[in-house]
Formats: sequence, C-alpha cells, structure tokens
Amino acid sequence: MVRIGAFLVGLFFAGWLFISFLVGAYSYVTEPPAATVEHEFHLAPKHVAFSFDGPFGKYDKAQLQRGFQVFKEVCSACHSLKFVAFRDLEALGYNEAEVKAIAKQWAIKTPSVDPATGEASTRDPVPADHFPKPFANNVAAAAANNNAIPPDLSLMTKARHHGSAYVYSLLTGFQDQPAELLKHFPDAKTPEGLHYNPYFANLNLAMAPPLSAEGQVTYGDGTKASVDQMAQDVSAFLTWTAEPKLENRHRAGLATIIFLLIATGLAYMSYQNIWADKKKAAV
Amino acid sequence: MSFPWAEQYTPKHPVMQWVDEKLPLPRLVYNAVGAGYPVPRNLNYFWNFGVLAGLALVIQIVTGVIMAMHYGANDLVAFGTVEQTMRDVNAGWLMRYAHANGASFFFIVVYLHIFRGLYFGSYKAPREMVWLLGLVIFLLMMATAFMGYVLPWGQMSYWGAKVITGLFGAIPVVGEPIQTWLLGGFAPGNASLNRFFSLHFLLPFVIAGVIILHIWALHIPGSSNPTGVEVKGPQDTVPFHPYYTAKDGFGAGVFLIAFSILLFFAPNFLGHPDNYIEANPLSTPAHIVPEWYFWPFYAILRAFTVDFFFIPAKLLGVLAMFASILLLFFLPWLDTSPVRSGRYRPTFRKFWWILLGDVAVLGYCGGAPAAEPFVMISQIAAAYYFAHFLIILPLIARFEMPLPLPGSITEAVLATYGKTDGETAAVPAE
Repeated sequence: MVRIGAFLVGLFFAGWLFISFLVGAYSYVTEPPAATVEHEFHLAPKHVAFSFDGPFGKYDKAQLQRGFQVFKEVCSACHSLKFVAFRDLEALGYNEAEVKAIAKQWAIKTPSVDPATGEASTRDPVPADHFPKPFANNVAAAAANNNAIPPDLSLMTKARHHGSAYVYSLLTGFQDQPAELLKHFPDAKTPEGLHYNPYFANLNLAMAPPLSAEGQVTYGDGTKASVDQMAQDVSAFLTWTAEPKLENRHRAGLATIIFLLIATGLAYMSYQNIWADKKKAAV
Repeated sequence: MSFPWAEQYTPKHPVMQWVDEKLPLPRLVYNAVGAGYPVPRNLNYFWNFGVLAGLALVIQIVTGVIMAMHYGANDLVAFGTVEQTMRDVNAGWLMRYAHANGASFFFIVVYLHIFRGLYFGSYKAPREMVWLLGLVIFLLMMATAFMGYVLPWGQMSYWGAKVITGLFGAIPVVGEPIQTWLLGGFAPGNASLNRFFSLHFLLPFVIAGVIILHIWALHIPGSSNPTGVEVKGPQDTVPFHPYYTAKDGFGAGVFLIAFSILLFFAPNFLGHPDNYIEANPLSTPAHIVPEWYFWPFYAILRAFTVDFFFIPAKLLGVLAMFASILLLFFLPWLDTSPVRSGRYRPTFRKFWWILLGDVAVLGYCGGAPAAEPFVMISQIAAAYYFAHFLIILPLIARFEMPLPLPGSITEAVLATYGKTDGETAAVPAE
C-alpha cells in the first residue's frame, strides 16, 4: 500500500516536472531569452593586489592613513561611516592626541542638545563618537543627491562580491558609454544625471566620478596621488572599516591551526595505538 | 539494552558507589558512550559524523548563547548590535563567525551522516526509529537555521523571511491569514524578529532532546556497520570506549581543522554579501537565495513552472519541496531489500551515486539565478529525485540480485586484513 501510494506520488511529481521541462524547453527554443545590456556589458571587478590578501595578510598602516585622508577629503561629504568610531582610528597608527584632534576638527558635527535650552544643536565629536552622518536623514540625503541616497560605507567592501576590488574598480571605472552598447541597445543610453560605469550592477549610477584628477588630495607621506593610487588607498581603508579585526583573525587562525595539527597528530597516534591489538588479532 | 557481553559498570570508589545507588547517571553515560556499549569493530570513517554533528551542536550552543548576550532583538537595532559584537566585544568577531560557519559545518556533517545512512541502509529494520528521529532532528535544524539567518536583519535575512513565509501564503484560502499570523504582521517586522529570536534560542535545546532519543533508539539494536550484517557474538564488537572515542577524537581534530580554515581565513565565503546591507523593505535584492544548505530544496521549489489544472505552480512547488523531505520518512518501507549495505547491492549502489550527483546539481541550480538553463536543469534533476526514492528504490529492491554477504563481521574483517597481511607486517606498531 505504501509503495503503491509512493509510486503514484512519484509518478505525479516526476511526470509533471518533465512536462514543465518540455514547456520550458519549447519556449526556450522558440523564444530564446533576449540578451540584456547588463549581461553583455557588466564587468567583474579588476584584479588588484592588496597587502591584506591571503592567510598572512596584514594592513599597510601608511596606506590606511592615506585612504582615510581620501575618505575625509572626498567621500565623507556625502557618505556616512556609522559603524566606525573615531577611537577606532588608533588602529591606523594615530595616537590618542591625534585621534582627539581628528574628531574635534571633523567638518561634520555630532547632533546634540543645547544644555541650556534643550533645543537640538551640534557639538564637536569626541573619540568615543561614531562618525557623524553628513545628512540629517534619508530625505535630506536624496534631496541633495539627485534623488539617490549615498549608502553607508562602513561595510561596503563586505556587502559586494570581491568588495575591495569592487570599490577600486568602481572608482576607476567611470567612462563614456561604448558605441557598441548604443548600437545594440539604443534604449540603454545613460539617463541625464547618471554616470556610466561597467562595474556597477545596472551600469549607471548617480554618483559622479569622485576621484577625477591627479593630486586631488595631497598626501602627507609624499606618495603621488594618482587616481589609481587614491582608489587603491580608499579601498584598503574601507576594507579596514568593514573588517577591523582581520589581523587578529589571521593571527589567531594561524595559532589555532598549528595547535590543531599537533593535537590531531597525537589523536591519530593514540587511535592507532589503541587499535593495534585489534588489528593484530584479526590477522 | 545491550549485548550480554557488554562490560559492566563497577564503581570502585565508595563515593561513586554511593552516587550509583542514588542516581546512576555515571552508569548511564558508561553504558551509552563508554566501555559499556559494544560497537561493531569494522566501522569506517563515515561512522564519525554522528559524533561530529553532536560536536557541531555544542559549538553552536556555546557561541550562540554568547552571541545572544550581545544581541538586540529589535528591528531598529538588530543589525547594529551584530556589528557592534563584531567590533567592540572581546572575541566577538570569533563568536559571530564561528556561529555562522558552524551552522554550515553542522549541515555538512549531517548531510554526510544522512548519505552514509542511505548508502549502508542504516534506515532499515530494526533501526527505523533511529532514522525517523534523525529526520525530525534534520527538520528542526532547518527551522533553527532559517530563523537564525533572519536575526542579523540584513537584506537577505529580511527577503529570505519574506519568501519563505510567503510559501505558506500559497496554501489556498487559509494561506494568507496563516502567513500574517506566522509573521505577526503583513510583512517581516519587529514582531517576526522577536519570535524568530525566541524560537531560535529554544529549538537547539529541543534538538538536543531529540538527539537523546535518537541515541536511545540506536542503542536498542546497537550500531549498524559497513557490511550490514548484524553482530553475532563478542568477537564482532569492541567497547565504544576507548576504541571509538579514540577514533572520534581523531575525527574531531580533522573536523576542527577544516572548520578553522574557513572560519579564520574565509569567514564570508559561504555567506552572501547582501546580508551586510541592513534590511530595507523598499529595496528588493536582485537575487534572493537562501543559505547553501537549502539550495537543493529551493531548486525543487522553483522547478514547478506550469499550473496543474486548478493547482497553481507555486503551490505545487511548495508541496513538492515539503514532500521531498517528508518522503524520507517512508524510506524504510520503500526500500524492501533485505540486504542493508550498498557494498553488496550492485544496482542500488549505482543509483546511490546518481542520487548524490543529482542532489549536487539541484544544489547548484538552487543557488543560481532563477533563469534558463538552470530552471530546465533543476526540473530534470528534481524529477529524478522523486523518481529515485518513490519509484526506482522499490523496484531495485524487488529485482536486484545482491552479492553474497559475509558470514559475520569478523569474517569480513579477517578477509580485509588477511589480504594485506604481507604488506602490513613490515610496518612497526606505534
């Protein structure tokens, strides 16, 4: 009885799936899915090497400081960094006094309450504060940015596939639309106010090229601030903001694996030892 | 129950004798996972995965309880509290990554444990109850994992919750009220998040309880073994401790090494980047996919694209997805071959390998976007999945000519070691 019921249920599901397959295959052959412009022109992130790649990777603190400078002078005008606090910057090699100064001089102020009147006001950030947001709310952000809300950057490099390379590719990937694209997809012309970038998922984004000229920032350590260099540095910085414990993780991982290899080796030897008499007795 | 030749618990120390009289808990442990449990001497490494699944559950409970100490089950702060755990809690990143990857490793070892059972016929009499309880654990694990994935309240959390609870919406007439009732609202929100957190905390302990039943049911007939031949006498068994505790110790080491490699060097490899974007009900991700361990079932769900007369395709998909798991409960009565082990079933063995490949293909299609050719491939693969269990297995059981079975476990062991005697004799013992 169970087997007859099972046979019928199996026949129904398998049979109907096969019919669904035939229907799908027929329409696939008669009306092949049209190629989309995203499918044809979207590019995977460029290959770029970073100091934190691989199991022994570490952050390059000088690079993180340069990247922070790019963030401060360029990105922070529109993008928030809400999960990062000023105190976290000590990991970049700044000392306590420097962090205090960075917080105090930050262009955007921390929302506060006037202690005398109780009215909303602002104050200078202190190291314990997270980075203040450039816009009071999403409506203000959208109004100032052609209806697009600049996303928070704290986790950007973990929120995209191959995030560090993605940020670098996006920042260096702005270009004119290829003639090929307009020929095959005349409807896909980049709308007014958007910018073509093949590394962006739907090819057109609201952000104008933020890094456009060499020397846009002046690095304190004398590194030449080419667009490529600035893009790499800020990608490294945003990798740190997304994964500040990367170095701890690599260090702990190495120690754990060395310990486990030894322990597992010993466990294997005691396993062999305990079973030795059973295997001999079997012979 | 145990075999008559099982070693007896004889406490020597007066304190232990006193405890044994009042509460024989040490005796229970001794008979369950100690020297008092005789186990077939010929278990291979595939028999390690039950203990490893237990280890994975312990890792999940320990890391999960610590995560809960720092988590805020409120849709306004949930995402931020998880990030805070990663950044500001001592070793918080370790707990969080261990918990997320621990779920994946729990499923890896459980899938190996299930496919071991399928190959060696562990579901057959007299161990049907072990198999059924194992499936109950599997269902509880799926519910727990699903609700746990919602808790960080990222984009995939939110939209995954929406899609999965939407499955109940496919039920005619009562579907939508049920969906609203499950979510505590018309869309996932604070009410859903709170109940998922509560249940996500509770269910692991329910799983632990069912594991006790699973082991209890196992100990009635005793463990199965790769030959599928029942234990015939004391020469066929060894005490669980120290023989299999030592082997499991080695297995646990290998498991922890694999776990650590992923945990410390690629902790987001199995995750989805979209879950690092905070939940936003106004922005739907391009591809909504569940975690990898649900992909085969997700592929079956999406494989139904054509309405069956008055039954909409979506409802068929939901029914098929639940059926794909529920049919496993009938397996002991579908495969009626008296031979347990795939070693002695040449036809069954070939189809087992096809099933393994089939589930891998389903998994791949389940993780891919819902577009051609993946839908067509998953339709064929899902058709095979149902045919395998519901049609092919009963037929094989009827027509297959099994190979001759060894007379006993010891005979099979002797045959193995007898052959390699000349080579192994030269190797010195440790």
